Amino acid sequence: MGIIEKLQFYFGFSFVVNALIVGVLIALCSSLLGVTLVLRRFSFIGDGLSHVAFGAIAIASVLKISNQNIIVMPVTIVTAVLLLGIGSSTMIKGDAAIAMLSVGSLAVGYLLMNVFSTSANVSGDVCSTLFGSTSILTLSDADVILCVIMSVAVIIIYCMFYNRIFSVTFDESFAKATGTNVNAYNFLIAVVTAVIIVLAMNLVGSLLISALIIFPALTAMRIMDSFKGVVICSAVLSVICALVGIIASILYSTPVGATIVVVQIVVFFIVSFGAGLAVKA
Amino acid sequence: MSYISCKDLTLGYEGEAVAEHVSFEVNKGDYLCIVGENGAGKTTLMKTLLNLTKPLSGTMEIGDGLLPYEIGYLPQQTVVQRDFPATVWEIVLSGTLSGSGMRPFYGKEQKKLAKENMEKMDIWEQKNRSYRKLSGGQQQRVLLARALSATEKLLLLDEPVTGLDPKATEEFYSLIRRLNRDGITIIMISHDMEAALKYAGHILHIEKTGSFYGTKLDYIESDLYKSFHLNTCRHKHTKACFQGGEN
Repeated sequence: MGIIEKLQFYFGFSFVVNALIVGVLIALCSSLLGVTLVLRRFSFIGDGLSHVAFGAIAIASVLKISNQNIIVMPVTIVTAVLLLGIGSSTMIKGDAAIAMLSVGSLAVGYLLMNVFSTSANVSGDVCSTLFGSTSILTLSDADVILCVIMSVAVIIIYCMFYNRIFSVTFDESFAKATGTNVNAYNFLIAVVTAVIIVLAMNLVGSLLISALIIFPALTAMRIMDSFKGVVICSAVLSVICALVGIIASILYSTPVGATIVVVQIVVFFIVSFGAGLAVKA
Repeated sequence: MSYISCKDLTLGYEGEAVAEHVSFEVNKGDYLCIVGENGAGKTTLMKTLLNLTKPLSGTMEIGDGLLPYEIGYLPQQTVVQRDFPATVWEIVLSGTLSGSGMRPFYGKEQKKLAKENMEKMDIWEQKNRSYRKLSGGQQQRVLLARALSATEKLLLLDEPVTGLDPKATEEFYSLIRRLNRDGITIIMISHDMEAALKYAGHILHIEKTGSFYGTKLDYIESDLYKSFHLNTCRHKHTKACFQGGEN
C-alpha cells in the first residue's frame, strides 16, 4: 500500500479526522499564547501547570469522578492565576514557585494513582497521562465539540485584546502607569493559559505541553522582526508541525505527542541554521 | 495649583521607610531632576508618582488639569526589552492605547499621533525596523515617542542615559531640553549630577531625612550639595571635579 492509499484508508475513520481537528486547534492556541509567555520569561509555566493538572487528574480518578474536567479545569486555572497574576508579590518568586508546584504535584499525583489505583496497569495509565500516547485517537464527539468551542473562544479573545496583550507583554509598568488595567489582563492570560493546557493534555500529555508552547514561538523569533510577524509565523509553524506530526505518527505508528515535538525540534534547527546563513550572506 | 504636589511623603517598601519628610511640587513647564544616593528611595518615589505604589505616609495631589494617567513614563530598560521582537511602529503605537478606551484596534487618530511623535523624535524612517536591532540611543528615542503618544503634558524619565555612549547621551539631553522648551514638563531621575545641574530648573535631592527641594541656584548654595559634592570628589580624587562643580 502506498502512502497516499494508506492516508485515504485512515481518513475514512472519524477518530483520525477528530484527532487532526483537535490537534491543529490546540497547536494554534498554544502557539498564540506561547509568544507572550516566552517573552515574559514564563516558558516553564506549561510544564508546571500541566503537572498540576496531572495531580488533579489523579485526585479525580481516586474519587472516581467520571468527568475529570470538573476538577482539573478549576484547579489548573487557580494555579495559573496564582503563578502568573500575582507572581511578583508572593513569597516564593517566579521560577522557584513553578518548579516546586510542578515537581510536587507530579509526585503527589503518581503516589495517589499508585496507592488507590483500581486499574490493573498503573504504569500504563500514568504513562498515557504524562505522554498522551493514544488519548487523542480516542476522543469522543463531545470532547471534539468542547475543544472547538474553547479554541474559537481563545482565538477571539486573543484577537480582541491583541494590542493590549502586546502592550502588557512589552512593558508592564508603562501599561499600568498609563492606565491599562494590567491585573485584569494578567488574569485573562492566566485563565486562557490554563484552559489551553488542560485541553492540550489530550494531545501531547502533560510532559510535552511546554514544547507546544515554546518551540513555535522560539522558532518564529529567530526569523521575524515584528511582534505581529512572530505571532503569525509561530501560529503557522505550529499548525504545520502538528499536522505533519499527527500524520507521521499514524503512518509509522509512533506516539503522537512525541512525534509532534520531534517535528518541531527539527523545524527549529532548520530555521535557526537558515537564519544564521542569511545573516552571514 | 501645581501639576503634582507632594507633602511630607515617607517612602519605602514592605513597611520599611527609606526616606522621610519628602516635600516638593512640580508645576507646568518645570524641569525637575531627582538625585540622591543609590537606595535613597528615588525609584520608590517614581513608582509613587506613577500610582504603582502608595507612599507609607504623606499626601500626593495631582491638579492643574493633569489626570493621574497622563504621566508619560520612560522606564529603565530591562534585559527582556532589549531583544524584544517588535517593530518601532508597534511600540510607539502601543503608547496611544491609554486614550483609546475599550476599542480593540488602533484608529486613524492614534496612528496619526504615533506618526507625529516619531517624526518629532526623528525615527519615522526606522518605523519598520526591529527594536532589538537599534542602538541604545535610538531605542531611547522610540520609548520617548511612545511616552509622548501617551501624554503631552508630563514625562517621567528614570535614569535615561544609563548605558548610552557620550555622544548619544549629549543628543538625548538636548532632545529633552527641546521638549521642555516646547512646554512639556520633565521629571528626571538621574545619577548624572553634572547634567542635572546643567539642564534642570529644580532639584530634589533625596536623603534619609532632610531632603532638599528648590531651584538649581538654591541647591548649589545648600550644605547638602556641598557635602555631597565633596564626597564624590574625594572618591574620584580629581582636581577637575572641584573646579567643575562651581560653574
